[in-house]
Amino acid sequence: MAKLTFKEENCKGCGLCVDACPKGILQLSPDRINKKGHHPAELKNEAACVGCASCAMMCPDCIIKVER
Amino acid sequence: MVVFDKPHSLIDVPLHYCPGCTHGIVHRLVAEAIDELGIEGKAIGIAPVGCSVMAYDYFNCDMIEAAHGRAPAVATGVKRANPENIVFTYQGDGDLASIGTAETVHAAARNENITIIFINNAIYGMTGGQMAPTSLPGQVTQTSPYGRDTSLCGWPVKICEMLSQLDGPEYLERVTVNNVANVRKAKKAIKKAFQNQVEGKGFSLIEVLSACPTNWGMTPREALKWIDDNMIPYYPLGVYKDRSAAKEAAE
Repeated sequence: MAKLTFKEENCKGCGLCVDACPKGILQLSPDRINKKGHHPAELKNEAACVGCASCAMMCPDCIIKVER
Repeated sequence: MVVFDKPHSLIDVPLHYCPGCTHGIVHRLVAEAIDELGIEGKAIGIAPVGCSVMAYDYFNCDMIEAAHGRAPAVATGVKRANPENIVFTYQGDGDLASIGTAETVHAAARNENITIIFINNAIYGMTGGQMAPTSLPGQVTQTSPYGRDTSLCGWPVKICEMLSQLDGPEYLERVTVNNVANVRKAKKAIKKAFQNQVEGKGFSLIEVLSACPTNWGMTPREALKWIDDNMIPYYPLGVYKDRSAAKEAAE
């Protein structure tokens, strides 16, 4: 069971993690914004995450921690 | 078990870069290489002038800010005075391939035992998107609104190809970070560049094709695709020089 932790306040909503996810289970939150005014990245389906860390590797701001 | 987290050599502060700027990815790869080689305590970084001018706020090692383009010269001095330290520069294309070309070429020719991380995003980022020496023919920028006219502005500078003609440099490779596979390759290249210095082999330069979504006028996703479609055909990826490997192969 993989666990992703997002440091949401540092997210700039660029969406590179969303494209990198091989399972297609990441999205930019459609209804939340962080203090900077960006829609932060979030996991749509926690159970489907395999913890490959592709998202974390593409995140320019290094906000994703991956545990497995 | 933690399989991925921010490397220790990268200070835990928000980066000032624009959304989708790949500087952040390369910062992380450099920090990971420093962590993995266990050289955080003796690493000294030289920050450039350009978007990454504030790299000294992000790396968890000693940093020096050099005058525009002079990072390889400063690195030369630091390395010669403190040969036991691991000295790297982190420079953009406006810094390394424009005002600092002389310092770059001569540091390579002297085979200074330093590591250079060269970010090529084909534009001047910090100053607002002007044409850089590395801008592609026909590329639209603030100062080439009808596209770079090579009859007027000349042709882009291909740093890896140019330096590979010298006998001096130890290792030259061009990589990019526009997808996960390429990030892995870039990581390997950057780590090798540091490893070369640890082993005393000499001058290593890694050119990273990088995205500038803001000044290219694209979304971060489009920018990564633009690297594939436009930059890689003009700046082919690969190892341009690996003297140790060539020597081994010859023996």
